[in-house]
Amino acid sequence: MRVANGQDAQAFTKLFEHFAPRVKAFLMKSGADPTTAEECAQDVMATVWHKAAQFDPARASAATWIYTIARNRRIDMLRRDRRPEPEDLPWGPDAEPDQVDALALQQETEKLAQAMNALPEKQRKMIESAYFGDLTHNEIADETGLPLGTIKSRIRLALERLRHSMN
Amino acid sequence: MIKHHISDKLLMAYCAGTLPEAFNLVVATHISLCDECRARMEGFDAVGGAVLDQRVSPVAMSSDALSATFRKIKAKTAPDGPGYSAAGQAPHTPSAMRDTVLPGPLLAYTGGGLDHVQWRSIGGGVRQAILPTSRHASARLLHIPAGTAVPDHGHRGLELTLVLQGAFVDESDRFARGDIEIADEEMEHTPIAEMGADCICLAATDAPLKFRALLPRLAQPFFRI
Repeated sequence: MRVANGQDAQAFTKLFEHFAPRVKAFLMKSGADPTTAEECAQDVMATVWHKAAQFDPARASAATWIYTIARNRRIDMLRRDRRPEPEDLPWGPDAEPDQVDALALQQETEKLAQAMNALPEKQRKMIESAYFGDLTHNEIADETGLPLGTIKSRIRLALERLRHSMN
Repeated sequence: MIKHHISDKLLMAYCAGTLPEAFNLVVATHISLCDECRARMEGFDAVGGAVLDQRVSPVAMSSDALSATFRKIKAKTAPDGPGYSAAGQAPHTPSAMRDTVLPGPLLAYTGGGLDHVQWRSIGGGVRQAILPTSRHASARLLHIPAGTAVPDHGHRGLELTLVLQGAFVDESDRFARGDIEIADEEMEHTPIAEMGADCICLAATDAPLKFRALLPRLAQPFFRI
């Protein structure tokens, strides 16, 4: 993502055109009125710009990363329970993301999206409802039916590389 | 080596942002100790990314949205941006603050390392410190002397117990630093702290504990457990 390097306004504009309308829709699905959703979607995209340097393409796609920012904005907007984040990984001197890792993660993300599209309707709806904030933890199924093993292994490798570069 | 991890449904709820604060705190603390669950969490974030990217119908932004966003960027007022403190975000932990027992997310709730914890005795040598979270669920630190049992108790709701120091054993297994026990309504157990080090745990529940013995039960409202 070029926004991450040198804060490129043109790259950001492209990202904005794709994601801002989706973030707005996501927030409306979560219960926001159109005006609030518009305002918050702008906030989310501004945060994307400010935090671009923290984006690690070996561990998340742009969609995933923007989702986490939109989710946090929604928690704030709806005054939901505070959500502590795990301790940051201390960044190594060699933390420049690996291109091969980033590409592999990209492929796994696409496979995950395809797997979700292929799920039976009922299961897919359950997952969507969970992420729109409509389900409590008790209402989420024990088995998601999603093949998360391979994407997890990919991320695990990237984490190990990070840990290694710190030592 | 961590053996007991967070369940898929709790991780999904954490990534969806719908857990009570006390449970969020347990999940974030466990992940701070467990790269396996950090990777699983990022996998569940990717599910959120797929929902955002593919499962919503985009809603058009206003015509001046992009320039309005650039104005926000220049003003640096966006939530999560520098200089902004959002109400929904957990207290900030100064990165200089480190403790060998309490991981980062907890330090923000105790106001410092183990020395800062305000323990109160709840009988039988066991001490606790209730942490300030939303009322939807409660979180507390437990200090159980080596070799001591916590009274046999069942649960009305869900209880998560994460070991931070020492270890405990109960009818189901042994739990050491980083291990998390997930106890639901069907479970009744008597955790006993192992000999050696005192056991320190982070416990969260969305219902008051119910004790078998009469006395601790009477004491419940008083001690808020």
